[in-house]
Amino acid sequence: MYFGDFNLSFTNSAFYMTLIVLSIWIFVAGGMRHASAVPGRWQSMVELVYEFISNMLYDTVGPEARRFFPFIFSLFMFILVANLMGMIPYTFTVTSHIIVTFTFAAFIFVTVTILSFYKNGFKFFTMFLPPGVPIFLAPLLVVIEFISYLTRPVSLSVRLFANMMAGHTMLKVIAGFVISLGAATYGIGGIIPLAFITALTGLEVIIAVLQAYVFAILTCIYLNDAYHIQH
Amino acid sequence: MEAEAAKLIGAGLACTALIGAGIGIGNIFGSYLSGALRNPSAADGQRTNLLLGFALAEATGLFGLVIALILLFGF
Repeated sequence: MYFGDFNLSFTNSAFYMTLIVLSIWIFVAGGMRHASAVPGRWQSMVELVYEFISNMLYDTVGPEARRFFPFIFSLFMFILVANLMGMIPYTFTVTSHIIVTFTFAAFIFVTVTILSFYKNGFKFFTMFLPPGVPIFLAPLLVVIEFISYLTRPVSLSVRLFANMMAGHTMLKVIAGFVISLGAATYGIGGIIPLAFITALTGLEVIIAVLQAYVFAILTCIYLNDAYHIQH
Repeated sequence: MEAEAAKLIGAGLACTALIGAGIGIGNIFGSYLSGALRNPSAADGQRTNLLLGFALAEATGLFGLVIALILLFGF
């Protein structure tokens, strides 16, 4: 589908993103539909996630970052559901495309930089010189800190993307071993890589949750840098 | 040397970044465990830092993997 020069096709990626948003909506709205003071099973699951993100934001940044809670919550839930949905066979992992993760990371980077300028004004630049450093080290250290600041979106996006892609590639390679080893030994040898792939699938589920958590907590840490700049 | 062969060797060499990532991840979890066994009451508070360190160490290894993939499929 082309609108002028823009390719606006409804791709696999777009379809799964819609599915992810829908399933998050069903999870949260369905859980809070008959909200009561004594939560049921579903409602307590929603409250568990809410409190988890809320505690994470309060512990790393503090109560002043309250207005960023919806952003962090939706970011965490989107990445978590995208990663977990990718673990279902025959589905598509949205976060295994670098453009998706890089868009998130670039958005966070721009938000944090603007927020930091808004909060601190030109004191923003003191961030590049940690306190208590001898002044003759400044030319070297400022350059290093500046480069490390600029690589934040790259490292944030590549971490998620590479974890997802490397994990799925590894599963695919070992799934290929099941066929080739099984064909060579009349089906008996295929059991070994099959057992291996079962264990690795469990590991991948852990990684999926962990990477969503790491993405969210790194966002919180970047927000903390913007709110509490070191002088 | 043919360009194709050099590409494959380069991709293999780029994967050696995972050596460092393995050492780093092992170091983080080993240090956490030895610290946690000495003072179990303080262990829960440091779990965030543990996972953060794990993620940062793993990312450096995965950068090497990404370079290998770029070499293999990007050129």
